[in-house]
Amino acid sequence: MLTEELVDLSRLQFAVTALYHFLFVPLTLGLAFILVIMELTYVITDRPIYKDMVRFWGKLFGINFALGVTTGITMEFQFGTNWAYYSHYVGDIFGAPLAIEGLMAFFLESTFIGLFFFGWDRLNKWKHFMVTVLMAVGSNLSALWILIANGWMQDPIGAEFSYITMRMEMTDFWAIVFNPTAQAKFVHTVSAGYVTASLFVLGISSYYLLKGRDLDFARRSFRIAAGFGFASALSVIVLGDESGYTVSESQKAKMAAIEAMWETEPAPAAFTVFALPNEAAQRNDYELQIPYVLGLIGTRSTTETLPGIKEIKDKNRTRIESGIHAVVALERLRKDRNNAQALATFEAHKADLGFGLLLKRYTVDVAQATPEMIQQAVDSTIPRVAPLFWSFRIMVALGFAFLLLFGLALFYSVKGTFIEKKWLLRWALWFIPMPWIAAELGWVVAEYGRQPWTIYGVLPTHISVSNISVGNLYGSLAGFVGFYTVLLVVEMYLMTKYARLGPASLGTGRYNGETRQSGGGGPLPAGAPANRI
Amino acid sequence: MDYETLKLVWWLLVGVLLVGFAIMDGHDMGMGVLLPFVGRNDLERRAVINTVAPHWDGNQVWFITAGGAIFAAWPLVYATAFSGFYWAMMAALWALFFRPVGFDYRSKIQNPIWRSTWDWGLFIGGAVPPIIFGVAFGNLLLGVPFHFNDLMMSTYTGSFWALLNPFALLAGLVSLGMITFQGANYLMMRTEGDIYRRVRTASMLSGSLTLVLFALAGVWVASGIDGYVITSAIDGNSLPDPLYKTVVVKAGAWMLNYNRYDWAIWVPIAAFAALGLGVMFAQLKKAGLAFWSSSAAAAGIIGTAGVSMFPFIMPSSTDPRSSLTVYDAVSSHLTLGLMLGATVIFMPLIILYTSWCYKVMWGKVTTEYIAANDKSAY
Repeated sequence: MLTEELVDLSRLQFAVTALYHFLFVPLTLGLAFILVIMELTYVITDRPIYKDMVRFWGKLFGINFALGVTTGITMEFQFGTNWAYYSHYVGDIFGAPLAIEGLMAFFLESTFIGLFFFGWDRLNKWKHFMVTVLMAVGSNLSALWILIANGWMQDPIGAEFSYITMRMEMTDFWAIVFNPTAQAKFVHTVSAGYVTASLFVLGISSYYLLKGRDLDFARRSFRIAAGFGFASALSVIVLGDESGYTVSESQKAKMAAIEAMWETEPAPAAFTVFALPNEAAQRNDYELQIPYVLGLIGTRSTTETLPGIKEIKDKNRTRIESGIHAVVALERLRKDRNNAQALATFEAHKADLGFGLLLKRYTVDVAQATPEMIQQAVDSTIPRVAPLFWSFRIMVALGFAFLLLFGLALFYSVKGTFIEKKWLLRWALWFIPMPWIAAELGWVVAEYGRQPWTIYGVLPTHISVSNISVGNLYGSLAGFVGFYTVLLVVEMYLMTKYARLGPASLGTGRYNGETRQSGGGGPLPAGAPANRI
Repeated sequence: MDYETLKLVWWLLVGVLLVGFAIMDGHDMGMGVLLPFVGRNDLERRAVINTVAPHWDGNQVWFITAGGAIFAAWPLVYATAFSGFYWAMMAALWALFFRPVGFDYRSKIQNPIWRSTWDWGLFIGGAVPPIIFGVAFGNLLLGVPFHFNDLMMSTYTGSFWALLNPFALLAGLVSLGMITFQGANYLMMRTEGDIYRRVRTASMLSGSLTLVLFALAGVWVASGIDGYVITSAIDGNSLPDPLYKTVVVKAGAWMLNYNRYDWAIWVPIAAFAALGLGVMFAQLKKAGLAFWSSSAAAAGIIGTAGVSMFPFIMPSSTDPRSSLTVYDAVSSHLTLGLMLGATVIFMPLIILYTSWCYKVMWGKVTTEYIAANDKSAY
């Protein structure tokens, strides 16, 4: 029996493991390209300090990457262990990008990361550079395919339901690949990764500058991070806006909840900057609005309206009532696939099948659904407003803060005075965790905002779970939390240790705290003093 | 390509991916199994670990991709097996956690307790998953207690402990032996001196043991285990619906394919021959040939399980008609065709660049190398 407790625990476990996995992904996505930039500078200028930069930031990249791999294994198999009905129902579509991700991206990234770390002495510098490029391309391609899969969950195009196989089946692969929702998500997500990595490099470099050590190394790292970070922060906002536009096209309920928009407003709608959403009364207790802005962002017109929560619910009620006929007819067809009358009814109501399945949460026999159950199902079609409203706003505010920080960092980099701007260096250092917060909130907006569906409008979350005992879930959830806590402590310890140690951890003898004799590297080549500013 | 042919091709391709996993990830898992025993001090252990340092991550993708391919090609198997074998899957995943962090973090800190902890972590990450996958295969041969309702929701009615029955445990040991043999032969190619002597002994021992255990499992399957037979007509081109067939349990049914197809018997024969040759080549100090023999043995052993059960993938012991087969657990015609295309394009590329990486990094990993590269080696 699929109890609420089982479903909630399955969701909690997925959220915990996905959010945790996503602590490591953005840094991998972005740092890979920063390594590419640094190494390109090395192969062009031939200055060893850039090689040291690739190797040192690469070391931190490796510490992060190890946990990305570890936690990624869970994600690949958790659909099967905990979301069995989901896996059956949409595996025909959802499985393909996952498998292609493995074939096209994971192999590339994971094979070349080995040569990235261990191939320095065995490859010439151009070949090693190519290895780094392929590793970066591989990691970003994996983001492409997983977001194509996720984009389909948000906007399930290019597929059709079959009552014989009792699942969704792919009808148009290229529609799924070029799904605008997926493409907008991909560019927004990788840009967020680039921001994360840029701020990571910027902040740690600022730490060395504040301490007055490894100045040459830190100064060059800072500049690369400032330039790459500014471009990324700009694109994350622009492309986030694109993502918002696709949401308002395909997921009107999510949009309305994010905006705490209870009523349909005349076009163009106002953007609510601040509000206290009141779920019970279906209104905002207090709100501060800027006229016209939301309508312009959401519809890119001055005349189109965005539907409010109450209007969406009315439409969903009609679809749920129609969906009941679809479910009942489908159940007859499953007993006798030649029942022509059931088939005719099913075909007439097939588009609302998912809405009918929402009632499975309240009753096994959907035909017996009471008006109260239908009302509950209608209410469930809107995700809870307050968490979405606030997650979205904090994410956006952070996005603009990043743009400002990188803008200033770039400005003073160009002027060449950033080392004197202690406030800027401190800001960069203390802001290191913020991109992670923004990224996690972005996940909340996208995935919590998709509720009550796993596949938007097609498959309700409630029936997507594996039919296993609640005890299993408590056990595995405890296991994941335990393992992940220990791993996080270990990772943070190593990351902090090596970040504090700085480039001296390479043992070249050129950096802070090292005596010239120690380590495997020789003394500096003439004309490249270590602490030149 | 018609639907029936694609279904058969995907049965082969999943097999190829599992064999690829056993050969590639198998040799670094086998390294993990042997690590605490063939490396007697920190330098030796580091030499052993660094034979796979540049490669373990790429090798692990065989596992991930096999998982993804089963999801895409056999969604019902992915859904039913992984949710049914819930605790087994969790144990395998958690054991695998030790590998990436074990490899990358182990030598970043000098402390001997820290390093020895991760060595045993790599041992767990190398030993537990092969045992579990072997146990899983054993249970597939026995049949698994699960059924579908009309809407194709699966329910597994067994327990975790029921998975650990004597036959399945034997299958787990076959799998562990096979992986250890593979790892030992790989290490023979990449090490020298004391370590080489120890892994050579380990190779001959694990190869012989695997041969005996595999023979024992064969006798058990032939004489003591009921197989499954589809009794309704099979239309390979029909839309997949497992509940649309009838199945009976029958003693000795897992041997029927060996009567039906002349070539089938060569699969287990190849497994025995490869195991024997592998031990012989290890004895003769022909490490490369021993490695290819144990790779062929992995293909033979996995192939034997597949051929015996064909067309079944996951028979149901409690509701035989719910059994999942090559014909009715598959995804749509379009998806199978598309995935075949992706595999045909990418698999040769993967083999090509993986080989290049091995070529670049090839050579014996010595304790002197580790001492000289203290900061950059694992």
